[in-house]
Amino acid sequence: MKRLISAQSSFPALASTAALTLFAVAFLHAESQTAVMGLTAGAILAVLLLAHFGWNTFAAASFAAHGGRAQASVLLGVLVVTAAFYDNHFPLLMLASVLLYVVVCLGLNLQFGYAGVVNFAGAAFFGIGCYTSAVLTNLTALPHLLVVLAGGLVAAGIGSLLILPVLRTYGHYAALITIAFGILFRVFLEVNDTLGGPQGMKVPGMEILGWKLNDGLRLGELELSFYVNYVLLSLAMAAVAFTLVRRLERSWIGLALDAVRLDETACAAFGIGVARWKIAAFTLGNFLGGLAGAVYAMMTGFVAPNSFTFGDSLILVSIVILGGIGNPWGLTVATAIVLILPEKLQFIQEYRLLLYAALVILILLFRPDGLMPRQVRNYFPGGKA
Amino acid sequence: MTLGLLSQYVFNGLMLGMIYAMVAVGFTLFFGVLDVIKFSHGDVLMVGAFTGLATYIGLQAIGIDAPLAQLLIMALVASLSMALLGALIAKYLVLPLRLAPPLNTLLITLMLGSVLRESVRLFYPQGSNPKPFPRLLPGDSLSFGSFTLRADSMILLLTGFAAIVAVHLVITRTRLGLAIRAVAQDAETARIMGINFEFIVLLTFAIGSGMAALGGLMNGLYYNEINFGIGLLLGVIGFSAAVLGGLGNIYGAILGGFLFSALQSLGAVALPAMFPGTSTAYKDVFAFAVVIVFMAWRPTGLIAEKKSERV
Repeated sequence: MKRLISAQSSFPALASTAALTLFAVAFLHAESQTAVMGLTAGAILAVLLLAHFGWNTFAAASFAAHGGRAQASVLLGVLVVTAAFYDNHFPLLMLASVLLYVVVCLGLNLQFGYAGVVNFAGAAFFGIGCYTSAVLTNLTALPHLLVVLAGGLVAAGIGSLLILPVLRTYGHYAALITIAFGILFRVFLEVNDTLGGPQGMKVPGMEILGWKLNDGLRLGELELSFYVNYVLLSLAMAAVAFTLVRRLERSWIGLALDAVRLDETACAAFGIGVARWKIAAFTLGNFLGGLAGAVYAMMTGFVAPNSFTFGDSLILVSIVILGGIGNPWGLTVATAIVLILPEKLQFIQEYRLLLYAALVILILLFRPDGLMPRQVRNYFPGGKA
Repeated sequence: MTLGLLSQYVFNGLMLGMIYAMVAVGFTLFFGVLDVIKFSHGDVLMVGAFTGLATYIGLQAIGIDAPLAQLLIMALVASLSMALLGALIAKYLVLPLRLAPPLNTLLITLMLGSVLRESVRLFYPQGSNPKPFPRLLPGDSLSFGSFTLRADSMILLLTGFAAIVAVHLVITRTRLGLAIRAVAQDAETARIMGINFEFIVLLTFAIGSGMAALGGLMNGLYYNEINFGIGLLLGVIGFSAAVLGGLGNIYGAILGGFLFSALQSLGAVALPAMFPGTSTAYKDVFAFAVVIVFMAWRPTGLIAEKKSERV
């Protein structure tokens, strides 16, 4: 097999994407619980089998070596799935949620995976974005694109309040700061009457330059679900965020971030500003979270404190760990699994937190690098990493 | 505010502070011997409280209904089973990750906390609803003007104090405590001196977890209600308390526990007084905000952990 397909070929990446797209369509289409379970079992079996023949290593290497082509193929895959469910609300809502969560997790990945800044308040920063968009759309006539931007900026701004304590502390002490902040945020939302208390707030649908995203699209005879709009918007956001994170990782900035995570003392000795890069990663990560939150709030039309609990932050962290910490590709797959599986397998829904927690424990014990371990940079030969 | 009301606040604060301190002592013990944070500690406390409740129901069923006997058996069963659980957690989840980054230990125990919490919610009969906890302590009270001194609170306060003192004595005055301190200071040298490292670690986790179970029972007896979610908040508060005082230091943990409850009481009293119209529910927001600010000022707590890094 090694001689037939070299790791430098883009074929494994493209083939994997095509297979995943087909699978996603079939999976989202499946209605009965037996069909869903059959597909899940089949997928697990297929992945195990392929892993046995070493396909996964090929695919991972190929994804890493052909970033551009692989990204384009995934983009195409998402569009194919969207087209397959053009008039079906629920799968499209799922798809858009997955894409927005990918943005959030990419932010967390910058913090955890590259700079090594722990953040156990991912859901809180997502929530700040949600509430910013709820308040601004209800109280002001600010254009909605600016509202989305404001969501990101407010999340980054509030996050910057934590910078000093996060920088001054290390290890467990730093973890406590974000945990305390996450709980503080949730309690604050619950008791604050201006923000709707435990009942939360309604959020109007998004409108960009007169284009109302909550109106269904019409293409000739076809009537599209209005969620298509949101899928396209989230896809654009996810693609930009993904490219940004991949570019950062490959650049000297990524090298600096990795160095900061691995050895602060050595970094300082070599003139890499530890504080500067930690601040950059923390702020950019929170910005991404807030951005995604603002769009999410307008898409679902409703925000409430119960969506931003400590448990939700833990789910976000488990996505990053499951995917393979520091690997944007793995995280994308993990987000899709973690969000879609419980929606389709209803009997899991009730047990989902239990299952994820148990799964993360097993992964940490037996495969600490995650399902798709991060690839080592490869600048030479080939010049593509 | 009258003196009576003030003393009522102080007394309630002391009561809560005692429970926080008991949780914090556990965090500090674990950190001392292994330099890890076992985040499932709060949830172990909650499982301990539920074990106590289940024991109570079992005792009622077999006809033992003297409150004192019930209490003692509940405390015994809860703390022993949680001690066992703590040792198991240490053996199968914490020790195997000794060489991994510290973040992984934090994560694995965080996730274990979720597993415990969700298991109680899903598998304890009607576990998602709050459960009434039996009133087993005498309900007498003494009144001094507007200040009521309840006998049950007094007993709880003294029990907590006794438990903390007992742990302290074990650590400072016994051979076992000497071994624990030796492992905390330098695990490798302790091993060379013939101390069974794993045994000491497991025992320390057992002691801390047994104490958490006791804290859980006290919490239940004080509020007369428990639910599956208490562990998370108590865990975070206990962790904050241990960090406020300085991890690895038992006095720091006690200090931190009382400090946190003082912050909460202050938030409940001072916030509505300063900004009319704010609800007392902001007390947790206030307390956690102060903790975050405090950490920026003293990154390793009041009694700072001695840390030197060799490069």
